[in-house]
Amino acid sequence: MSKRTVLFPEHKAAEGVMVGFAGWEMPLHYGSQSLEHLHVRKDAGMFDVSHMGVMDVSGKDSRAYLSELLANNINKLSKPGMGMYSCMLNEMGGILDDLIVYFVKEDFYRLVVNAATTQKDLTWMCGQTKNYAVNINLHSDLAIIAVQGPLAIEKTIAALGEKYAQPLSELKRFACIQIDDIFIARTGYTGENGLELIIPATKAIYYWRALLKQKALPIGLGARDTLRLEAGYNLYGNDMDEGVTPLESNLSWTVALEPHERNFIGRSALHTQSIQGVPSALIGIKLQGKGVLRHGQKIYHDDKEVGVVTSGTFSPSLQIAIGMARVAMPINKDYFVDIRGAKHALSIVALPFI
Amino acid sequence: MVSFPKEFKYSPTHEWAIKDPDNENIAIIGVTDYAQDHMGEIVYVELPEVGLKVAAGDEVCVLESVKTASDVFSPLSGKIVAINEDLEDAPGMVNTDPYQDGWLYKIEIKDEVEFDELLEAVDYQDSLVEDAD
Repeated sequence: MSKRTVLFPEHKAAEGVMVGFAGWEMPLHYGSQSLEHLHVRKDAGMFDVSHMGVMDVSGKDSRAYLSELLANNINKLSKPGMGMYSCMLNEMGGILDDLIVYFVKEDFYRLVVNAATTQKDLTWMCGQTKNYAVNINLHSDLAIIAVQGPLAIEKTIAALGEKYAQPLSELKRFACIQIDDIFIARTGYTGENGLELIIPATKAIYYWRALLKQKALPIGLGARDTLRLEAGYNLYGNDMDEGVTPLESNLSWTVALEPHERNFIGRSALHTQSIQGVPSALIGIKLQGKGVLRHGQKIYHDDKEVGVVTSGTFSPSLQIAIGMARVAMPINKDYFVDIRGAKHALSIVALPFI
Repeated sequence: MVSFPKEFKYSPTHEWAIKDPDNENIAIIGVTDYAQDHMGEIVYVELPEVGLKVAAGDEVCVLESVKTASDVFSPLSGKIVAINEDLEDAPGMVNTDPYQDGWLYKIEIKDEVEFDELLEAVDYQDSLVEDAD
């Protein structure tokens, strides 16, 4: 039985086409995936991402615990209200999940993790607590609405009220603020400016409707995927998983090997890999001719299979087929993709696409 | 609201067929309004080669939307005699005009019985209701 977010009735009311995703019944689109995508690029849209996991880590050893747990350095968050992106790794350096961590207040941090990995993450995180005085609380009482697009902040302020105008217009990228019962962060996964609102589930419909009144249109998971791909963001489970490290997944910038003393889980494996070199890399690709790139298509160089398309789509903004591919090192120039038995030439593109 | 014009014949796999007004031995093939509506915006159409001989039920085209790739199965056996080359630059015509400008290919009918046995509009429409259950 799939789970439903508290906003399910709103999705039905907006004629959302519902699909199963990570055990949840979520809106794929509300009529047109392409138009939703373009609306986020030029105006503002809102996404129900309440299926994602919100976990609070509290207690006096929280920082030391997160320092060991995360590949990015928690000490970069020097004062409350700051947030950052990080991977959580296993001992081999394999990516258990990618997440955002916020330093909310002294001895209190908030993590937002992927829906499909929430239970796995919780089990893993509880398994790493033995040397630390920490509490981990997975919320089931919250909803998350992401408002994204060039007009996102303006429309959110209009929906929430004048009181929010100054704090939200001053909120820095990755920063967070708690105002009354709303936790607001200037984050998102679309490549647009925007906010993520973490709110009590009981108030979710109220805020959703307030945003709707400002014409922040509901956007489905379909457009969420094409938006994040254009922005060059990895999708966990597609572009990366436990079998690869951040160094092989375009995420070296999220790994803090310095300072040496910080002994995070997976560190020694990444250290070795940073010296010996990575076996594969994640690259941005586009199809030179017509067609569409899709997850799972095989990639060839000199008639030899050297990789696979990990994410692929037809970009609504660029009107070309784009994707990410995992290819064996060394990276070559002349790649071909097999689409239904025919080989098509690819170009390598520096990420992001837009 | 999707439409099912009465003058067309339909396959359970959501293709339509109609006799070419200029030649009784040739059928024009496309996908139904219902099919295009479910696929979403078509961004690429892979058409068969002219001259290809196909059997009813063979995969002959692929329609790629932003969401997904969908196979088109030939409702009739025969030889492909023409393809809609305009779709190369305007694949969205499958969405905007599935029964006219969005046609896919023309086929020389090998077996008239196959054509006759295709569904009438009302039966096709009924089959969709059963799908929904």
